[in-house]
Amino acid sequence: MTVLTPTRLDDALRALAEDPSTTILAGGTDLMVGVNAGARRPERVLSLRRVEELRSWRRDGDDLVIGAGTTYATLLHSELRELAPGLAQAARTVGSPQIRNTGTVGGNIGTASPAGDTLPVLAALDARVELVSASGRRTIALDHFLVGPKMTSLSPGELVAAVRIPVASGPQEYLKIGVRNAMVIAVASCALVVDPTRQRVTCALGSVGPVPIRDRRTEAWLSSQVDWRVGRVRSASVAERFGMHMASAARAIDDHRAPAGYRRHAVAVLARRAVERALT
Amino acid sequence: MSGFQLTVNGVVRRVDDALAGESLLYVLRERLGLPGAKNACEQGECGSCSVLLDGELVCACLELGAAAADCEVVTVEGLAPAASEPADGLLTDVQRAMVEAGGVQCGFCTPGFVVAIHQLLAREADPAPLQVREALAGNLCRCTGYGRIVDAIERVVVDRRVPLPANGRSEDSLS
Amino acid sequence: MTDVATRTTAPKQGGRVGDSPVRPDGTPKVQGRFAFASDLHADGMLWGSTLRSPHPYARVRSVDTAAALAIPGVTCVLTAADVPGVPNFGLISTDQPVLAADVVRYVGEAIAVVAADHPDTARQAVEAIVVDYDVLDPLVDPAAALDPVTPSIHPDGNVVRKITLRHGDAEATADVMVEGTYEVGMQDQAFLGPESGLAIPDGEGGVDLWVATQWLHEDQKQVAACLGLPAEKVRLHLGGVGGAFGAREDISLQVHACLLALRSGKPVKMSYPRDESFVGHVHRHPARMRYRHHATAEGELVKVEAELLLDGGAYASSSWAVISNAARFAPGPYRVPNVVVDAAVVRSNNPPCGAMRGFGAVQVCFGHEAQMDRLAQVLGIDPFELRLRNALRTGDTLPTGQVITGTAPVAECIRAAAAHPLPAPLDDGAEWLELPGGLGRTADSDRVHRGVGFAVGYKNLLYSEGFDDDSEAKVHLEAGVTTISCAVAEVGQGFVTLAGQIARTTLGCDDAVLDQADTVSVGSAGSSSASRQTWMSGGAVLLACQQVADQVRVALADRLEVDASTLTATDDGRIVSDDGAVDVGVAEAAGDAVFEATAVHHHEQTKPLDRWGQGDADVSFVFAAHRAVVDVDVDLGLVRVVQIATAQDVGRVLHPVQLLGQIEGGIAQGVGLAVMEEMVIDDGIVRNPSFTDYLIPTIADMPEVLATCIEQPEPGAPLGAKGVGEPPTISSTAAIAAAIRAASGVDVTRVPVRPWDLV
Repeated sequence: MTVLTPTRLDDALRALAEDPSTTILAGGTDLMVGVNAGARRPERVLSLRRVEELRSWRRDGDDLVIGAGTTYATLLHSELRELAPGLAQAARTVGSPQIRNTGTVGGNIGTASPAGDTLPVLAALDARVELVSASGRRTIALDHFLVGPKMTSLSPGELVAAVRIPVASGPQEYLKIGVRNAMVIAVASCALVVDPTRQRVTCALGSVGPVPIRDRRTEAWLSSQVDWRVGRVRSASVAERFGMHMASAARAIDDHRAPAGYRRHAVAVLARRAVERALT
Repeated sequence: MSGFQLTVNGVVRRVDDALAGESLLYVLRERLGLPGAKNACEQGECGSCSVLLDGELVCACLELGAAAADCEVVTVEGLAPAASEPADGLLTDVQRAMVEAGGVQCGFCTPGFVVAIHQLLAREADPAPLQVREALAGNLCRCTGYGRIVDAIERVVVDRRVPLPANGRSEDSLS
Repeated sequence: MTDVATRTTAPKQGGRVGDSPVRPDGTPKVQGRFAFASDLHADGMLWGSTLRSPHPYARVRSVDTAAALAIPGVTCVLTAADVPGVPNFGLISTDQPVLAADVVRYVGEAIAVVAADHPDTARQAVEAIVVDYDVLDPLVDPAAALDPVTPSIHPDGNVVRKITLRHGDAEATADVMVEGTYEVGMQDQAFLGPESGLAIPDGEGGVDLWVATQWLHEDQKQVAACLGLPAEKVRLHLGGVGGAFGAREDISLQVHACLLALRSGKPVKMSYPRDESFVGHVHRHPARMRYRHHATAEGELVKVEAELLLDGGAYASSSWAVISNAARFAPGPYRVPNVVVDAAVVRSNNPPCGAMRGFGAVQVCFGHEAQMDRLAQVLGIDPFELRLRNALRTGDTLPTGQVITGTAPVAECIRAAAAHPLPAPLDDGAEWLELPGGLGRTADSDRVHRGVGFAVGYKNLLYSEGFDDDSEAKVHLEAGVTTISCAVAEVGQGFVTLAGQIARTTLGCDDAVLDQADTVSVGSAGSSSASRQTWMSGGAVLLACQQVADQVRVALADRLEVDASTLTATDDGRIVSDDGAVDVGVAEAAGDAVFEATAVHHHEQTKPLDRWGQGDADVSFVFAAHRAVVDVDVDLGLVRVVQIATAQDVGRVLHPVQLLGQIEGGIAQGVGLAVMEEMVIDDGIVRNPSFTDYLIPTIADMPEVLATCIEQPEPGAPLGAKGVGEPPTISSTAAIAAAIRAASGVDVTRVPVRPWDLV
């Protein structure tokens, strides 16, 4: 195994172009589990730890451009906490302080686990993923980047460079079900983003499908049920009905963590509560 | 592959014989003679391998050794210098409190806790009880039920509030 | 990091019985210098790894090791044919192969072992071994295993033990009857220190093994037999143990490491990664229990009937003893004149089960306490009152016909546990971590209901049914320093501290040192299990110290030229004369002379159970009560355990802080079994062999714990003290389940309780 530790992005991209089968190592919280178990024996590893360009974030007008190497700790403890509160809430539920200090949002996106904690928030934010390679950059909607469980449309030679989301303009909620108070993989989760400037509510569900689940018809209906002058839903029953609609959009499966029926039931409750918190 | 070097407990250490896939935990334990960090799960799920890497609390098992090249690592062995005589050596106040409060039973989780507690108290001198729990939620213990560990932390917090003696310096400090 | 930590010296050793001195291994443990078995090293050491069956049941047609042997760095690959001595091992019956020969009976069963120069090489070699399996249909339903029509999966048959317990009148009837069926899932001990050992061949056909275990001499016996060597050639030394809780009573890597060391001629280290650990040791028996409780309208228990079925998995381990515990303690700590118990532990192709803290009493406690609450509800009696009304006392007769002659402060435990203040109700300012669902931010406080539950449990101390689990200790007093040799496996429980306390108390010395435990220097101390070491090995140390004190007394009398009978060695380490003229510490009186004694401590003899489950099978009993407060999010089924209050029958408090540590640690395991811990098995395959999905409580999951110790000295127990390790695990789970029922309104009949059980 060869381990490369470039400090500049262009060096990293060149190394990747030389051998597109190179394994990318960011925080290592997924890859190293496999390496330690002997289940993954990559020939060539590209560590992005020292590439500062990937670890920074910036404001770009009404957008945030968050470098792929940004850790969960940064999402949680920096000004991003106010600018992207849904992401901060999600980051707080990831693993442990140790994991949060090293795990990255780019890793969460690149691993594309159905239970990835930032993914429902990013989906609800209509995030756009910036990809970079030795031959250039491209931007792709997160929806098109995540194509299946642990499957992305990353091309050989490409890296996730950053993710672009709007700065929060209204309430954001992330709710996650786990059987324990820390270090737990989501059994079901729900992200809700309220955008008063566009008079739009979006919602994405996690762990109840191969990728985060959106239901744009239900979102549009909910958005129409909001009195945008005061940022509240017009009637008490909206939240519950929203929950039921979102639950029927879920494509939950049975696994050793939870049965499908519970997951469907749970997302109905989570979606309802998210609305009750954000819009009542 | 060629070797690499990293600074461990303030000393530059050269690693030439590691296989590339070895984690930082393996390198510390098997290559650098520092078995303090433990290998309870090697999946980042227990915190028994907690070390400071460039000042941040991480699981050494999840860091590729070679990717930690040129980084600064602090392990439990580096928190208080060993004495030159055969006697026990010095302890930090956290270490001593853990022993006195009964926070140590089998001791396998203890080094990870000691490092994590040091990091917590370095960032927050008087953490609220729930803050303590959240900060240590990545360190599993199977023996103690955590009660005596929480007690140890409370003792340290209280003791550190006591003003320093007239010479105004604590005995030692990590630079 | 900004370091404001002070540096200080290590705390001093010291302390007598009743104090809370620091543990002697505490300083090296906090420094990271303490040598756990997984930290051990030897020059030229090889690493061992194990090939394990991926199938729950299969015939092994062939094992081809050629490709493994061809890997550079691999020294040897061993299979069943390479086991020179007895091919099987086992705690009670030797029914489990060291290495599977022609059949594998559970996922994880060991088939071959490899020694290589790097753990990754060893692992690659294991992966290169080619096994031709003829996969068979696994037997995974314990009820089917009980059916005589089902083919045996083992020459010893599918039923490991059946107990028919009949006490009083099996046909007795009463005013009221409540019936229930209950289930307990498979819990794992999940100790943090993985299975580890280092075997070093001595070049003369013998071997030294450093290993993390619970019973050095029992391991030695089994290892020597399997190696075909006399005991003197197999020397075991205790490597630092990272927790045990029952999972290290059975052989895991001991024979494997020695085989590899003897074959390769080199030291061999084996240390299991976590996923291997999960299949590499026994687990707690899952149980199905059907109960019928009969009582008068006033709530007096008349008859308890129980059908118990425990799944022992592929090999017998200590199942024979676990089912006996379950049967004997099935009705709980209550007076019941008529008892009918039919209990069985069976073999299956599920993972093998054996000892785990609580040992059969945990399972039945969940059943009998659920029943008591059911009964209370039907009778309209307060569940607390119902328990008090029937609580056992000294002099009562147990379901085995044995009369309790020792202390039995059940009512005191119940009252004291209930007397603790309840926690404050949740208020509007509650933080996420104080709510069910925690930092997942799922809770709606309007949908959180609080519930309180109560449970009492008990079990035996020490081994039962005629087993003489003695313990030996040697004490050496010289120049004011007492050196104790005792082979107790210190697994974290703090025997190392207690031994010094006993020596300082009995000999009046300041310095007491406990030697490294091994099979060479001293005889067996028995297992660190059954809450027995304080009684048996504390007792052995006490006896040996008393013998030394007596020797000093005689020597002093000789020096003073008085009659030895005029001097007395006191309990608190002094030698005094009748007239008060002599009053000196034992160690001081010893001066520079050397005194030594070896004592073997036996407990009073117990009897096996007869064919109706009757017999004086136990030495002593220990009781505890728990009250649990939980908050339940009734829409999501998420539970937060808010508080556990407990009162435990301890006999005498020997070390207040260590005792509290045992209570808090045991309660944590009880919380785990109640709400989050279960080995998920599908057709014999373990779905969650990792800390990712086998969840044990973190610091953020633990409730407030309030504990009272009930001190009624146990006659016959050295120092009057009862063992304290197991009682905290017995009724804590049942109390939490009861609280969840109260909060949710759901009739919980299974633990662990999962969210989907409540919605």
